[in-house]
Amino acid sequence: MANERYDVIVVGGGPAGLAAAEAAARGGAKRILILERDAKLGGILNQCIHNGFGLHYFKEELTGPEYAGRFIELVEKTDVEVKTDTMVLAVTPEKQVHAVNARDGYIVLDAAAVVLCMGCRERTRGAISIPGRRPSGVFTAGAAQRYLNIEGYMVGRRVVILGSGDIGLIMARRMTLEGAKVLACVEVMPYSGGLTRNIVQCLHDFDIPLYLSHTVTNIEGESRLTGVTVQKVDENRAPIPGTEMHFDCDTLLLSVGLIPENELSSGAGVEMDRRHSGPMVYENMETSVPGIFAAGNVVHVHDLVDFVTGESQRAGAAAARFAQSGPSPEGRVIEVKNGAAVTYTVPGRIRMANVEKTVEIFFRVNRVCGDSVIRVTDEGGAALASFKREHLAPGEMEHVSMPKVLLEKAVGAITVGVEEA
Amino acid sequence: MLDVAVIGCGIVGANVAYLLSQHKLRVAVLEKENDVSMGTTRANSAIVHAGYDPEPGTAMARLNVRGSALTKEQCAAFDVKYDPIGSLVLAFSDEELATVRRLYENGVANGVPGVRVLTKEETLAMEPNLSDAVRGALYAPSAAVVEPWDLALALAEAAVQNGAELHLETAVTGAEPIEGGWRLHTSGGDVDARAVVNAAGVESDTVAAFAGAPGFAVTPNRGEYYLLDKSQGGLVHHVIFQCPNKDGKGVLVSPTVHGNLIVGPNAEPAERGDTATCAAALAFVREKAAKSVPGVSFRDNIRNFAGVRANSDQSDFVIAATASGFITLGGIKSPGLSSAPAIAEDALKLLAEAGIPFEKKERFVCSRKKKRFNQMTPEQKAEAIRENPLYGRVICRCETVTEGEIVDALHRPIPPRTIDGVKRRCTAGMGRCQGGFCGPRVHEIIARELGIPQQEVLKDRAGSYIITGRTKEGGVSHGE
Amino acid sequence: MANIICIVCPKGCRLTVDEKTLAVTGNGCPRGAEYGKNELTHPVRVVTSTVRVEGAAIARCPVKTAGSVPKEKMAGVMRALDGVRLTAPVKRGDIAVADVCGTGVDVVVTRDLPAR
Repeated sequence: MANERYDVIVVGGGPAGLAAAEAAARGGAKRILILERDAKLGGILNQCIHNGFGLHYFKEELTGPEYAGRFIELVEKTDVEVKTDTMVLAVTPEKQVHAVNARDGYIVLDAAAVVLCMGCRERTRGAISIPGRRPSGVFTAGAAQRYLNIEGYMVGRRVVILGSGDIGLIMARRMTLEGAKVLACVEVMPYSGGLTRNIVQCLHDFDIPLYLSHTVTNIEGESRLTGVTVQKVDENRAPIPGTEMHFDCDTLLLSVGLIPENELSSGAGVEMDRRHSGPMVYENMETSVPGIFAAGNVVHVHDLVDFVTGESQRAGAAAARFAQSGPSPEGRVIEVKNGAAVTYTVPGRIRMANVEKTVEIFFRVNRVCGDSVIRVTDEGGAALASFKREHLAPGEMEHVSMPKVLLEKAVGAITVGVEEA
Repeated sequence: MLDVAVIGCGIVGANVAYLLSQHKLRVAVLEKENDVSMGTTRANSAIVHAGYDPEPGTAMARLNVRGSALTKEQCAAFDVKYDPIGSLVLAFSDEELATVRRLYENGVANGVPGVRVLTKEETLAMEPNLSDAVRGALYAPSAAVVEPWDLALALAEAAVQNGAELHLETAVTGAEPIEGGWRLHTSGGDVDARAVVNAAGVESDTVAAFAGAPGFAVTPNRGEYYLLDKSQGGLVHHVIFQCPNKDGKGVLVSPTVHGNLIVGPNAEPAERGDTATCAAALAFVREKAAKSVPGVSFRDNIRNFAGVRANSDQSDFVIAATASGFITLGGIKSPGLSSAPAIAEDALKLLAEAGIPFEKKERFVCSRKKKRFNQMTPEQKAEAIRENPLYGRVICRCETVTEGEIVDALHRPIPPRTIDGVKRRCTAGMGRCQGGFCGPRVHEIIARELGIPQQEVLKDRAGSYIITGRTKEGGVSHGE
Repeated sequence: MANIICIVCPKGCRLTVDEKTLAVTGNGCPRGAEYGKNELTHPVRVVTSTVRVEGAAIARCPVKTAGSVPKEKMAGVMRALDGVRLTAPVKRGDIAVADVCGTGVDVVVTRDLPAR
C-alpha cells in the first residue's frame, strides 16, 4: 500500500508549527499536516499563562494561551489536517515521516516538503553538573510551570531559582503569587539572561534579590531538598571560596538555558550550525537538505514568540513554494559569519536568487553593549551597512534588515559584528 | 516461622532470594528502602568484570569468574540488557606494562576466557579515540556492560512470583536467637526464621553484629560518575580501564547498555549512604578520564551520581556464618555485581550446612520477557500498538518510552511507586532531558494506575515528595 | 528625578520621570510615558493566574485581569480567584470574576477549554 502523501508536513504544533502550517496554506500548498505529540495544539504557550506575547505581531499584549489560541483559530479556518497525540520517530532525507499514535498505529507518510518545528528543551542539573545530593525538589522551571499552571499543583514553599532567564523570572512571580516564598534568584553571569521588564515586574515587584555572578554549588537533602549553598564566582565562573551563603529551601528551580531539540533533524541528515545548536538554514529557513525547512526554537532559541511566528511563516511559505515548484534556483550563495561580539547568525547562508528586496539577519551578542554600531562587512573589509543601537544584551535577540542591493556588492562572505561606542 | 529471611534486596539479596525461591521453602526478603536495587546496585559502573583482577586462589577470583558466566545466562533468561563489549586495561608506563602482564597472568590462572596483551598499535586500532600516550593494554573479551538494577529487579520479581515474600520499607534493627532459629526485630514488627542471610551491603557489618562478632568492618567508599548523552556513546566501544591502584580499578570510560557514555568513578572514604557528589571529585574524574580518552565532551553531561561501595577491612569477600544459622555476605565490594550469582550459590551451601533442607520445586519462574518499544522494528511497533493502543503514546521523548511500557511496569510483581522506580524499570526519564518533559506525565500515570492521589507519588526514597499541595484551594497567604 | 525601567513592552526603555511635573523622558512610545507617570503616582499591573475548572481535560483554566489593577490589590485579586470554580466548556474572553476586588476590571478566561 502506498504511503499517504502530503505537500507539507509540519513536525510540531507549537507556535512555530502553527504559523508555518497556516502560511503554507496561504501559500497554496494543498495537503498540509501538523503532527503534534501533545493532546492539544499550542505547545509550550499553553503553560505560559503570563502576558507579554504578541506586542510585535498582534500589536497588543496577550498571554501565551491567547496567542496560541489565535493561531489555532487561523489554522482551523484552513484545510490543514492535524494529528495530535502523535509522536514523530523519524524524518528521512527523502522526506518520509515515521510516526506513531494510538489510533493509526505506526504510520509512514510522504511529504514534498517538511518543516521541522520541534522547539527546544531545558538544560538540566546534569548539564551544569551541580554537585551535592539528589533529592526531590529540584525542577527545571518549565516542569514546575506545567505542574503549577496546567495541573494546579504547588511544587514547593521556599524556593531558590538558579538562572535569570525569562522562564525563571516568570516562575519567581508565579510561585510568589501562589503563596511560596522565593528567597533568591541566582545568576552565574554578571548580567541577567532575561528581559529587563521581567527583572522589574517579577523580582523588584516582590523584593526578590537577584545575585549576579553567583551560582549554586551544593544541593542538600537525603529525600526532599533541604537547602542549597550559593557562592560568588570569579570572571571564569569558578566559585570563590569564602563567599558561601546558605539558603534553607525545599525547592530549587533551574532556568539555566534552552537547547534546540534536533534529534530528528540529525536523523534527517541536515547540516547543523554549532553556533546556535540548530540546523544551518538559508534565507528562507530551508536546511541543507532540499525541501526540509526548520523554524522557531528548533533552529535558535528566541526570547519573543512574535519572531518565532515571523520566521515560521517564512518557512511555511517557502515549503509551500517548494512543494509546488521544486528546489530554489541556482545562483550565488553568501555565507554569513560572526563578527565582533556576535555568537551566531540566522540565516547561516543566503542564496541571492531567493532574495527579493531584503534579508532579515537575526543574531545574538555575547555581552551587554551600550551605544553601539552593528556593522555588516564583506571579505574585502568593505562596510556594506551599519545600524545604530542604544543597547544590546545576550538575552535579547537582535536583527538587521539587509537590502539586496547592498548584499550584491559583497565580496565573498559577509560578517555581522558589533562595535561599542 | 520462615525457613529463611534475607536481609537486603540489592543484587546479592535478590540472587539469594531467587535461588531460595526455586526450593520448597518459606522465604521472606526484608528491604529497608521502598524499592529493590536502592543501594550500591543502582549506582555503580554497571560492568560485569572478566575476572583478571582478583588474586588467584581467592574466593573473589573463583566467584568473579563463575559469577560473570552466570550473570550472562541470567541476563539472557530474564531479558536484561547485557552487552559483552570486552574491556581494555591501558598501560601508560613501563611499570603499568608490568601490571598489565601481571593481570594477564592472573586472568589465565583464574580461567578468564580469551585474555591477551595488546601492543600500542593493536590498542589504538581497536579504539582510535584513546590517548596516543597509551603503551599497550590487556584485552578481556568476556567483560560486559549490564543494567544491574534491572537484573536485581528481575531476580527479585521471579522470587516473588515463586512465592517469596518481599517486605519493603522494613528495616532490621536487631536479632536474637530463638528456639530453632532467629527472631529479627524490624520496623514492621518481629520476624522469625530458621535461618538468616545478611545481604545488607554497606550495612552488612552492622547487621552481622546483631548476631555475633562480625569479624570485619565495612569501610564505605564513594565513587562519583558522569553519565553523558548518547552523542558521546560512540567515543569508545569497550570498557576502558586504567591500571588498578590501591583505591580500586580507577576511572573508566565506557559505553552503557543504553548507548550513553559513563565516566568514573573516583574513590573516597564516605559515610554510609552519603551519595553526594562534590566538585573536587568530579574534577578529578574529568582529569583522569582525559588521560585515557582526551576527547570526552563533558558539556554533554546529562547526570552526575555517586554510589557507595561496601568495601571492608578484609581483602576478600566475607562469606561466612556469623553465628549458627546466620549467614553473612559482607564486604561485597567490586567485583560484587559480577560475583553475585556465585555468592548466592555459596550462601545456599552454608544454609544447607546449617540444616536448611533444599528440595527443588517442580516448576518455578526462571525467565522474563520485556517489551522495549525503542528496540522494536516498525512492524513490531505496529503490532504492539494494535495489541495495546497505549504503546502508541510516547511519554518519554528522549528514550521513546510509551505509556504501554510504563503501565506494564506498574503492574509487575514488584510495582514501582515512584518516578525513579518507573525510570529503573523502563528508562522513562533516563535520557537527555532527565524527566523534564515526561516527569509530570509519569507522575500522573503512577497515580492513576495505583489509584493513589498525586501528592503521594514520590520521586525516589521515602520522604522525596514532589508536590506540596494544590493551587486555588485556599490555605496560602499569597505573599502577605 | 526617578529612573525606572518601562515594562510595557520587551524593549525595556529606561525612563526618567520628574517627580514634580511627572514629565517622562526616555520613552519610546506614548504608552511608556503613561507607564512612567503611573509608576510614580499609582502603579498598576496585569495579574495572570489560573482558576479551578471542572469537566475539562486539564484541572486549571488560565485567566488574566482584562486590564491593569492597582499593584497593591494583586494579593487581593489572587485571593478572590481561590473561590472561583468554572465548568467546561469555557471560551477565551469569558468572565471568570466581574469587577474583581472593586477595581472595575474583570478577570477573563484566556484559553478555550472544551468539555471533556
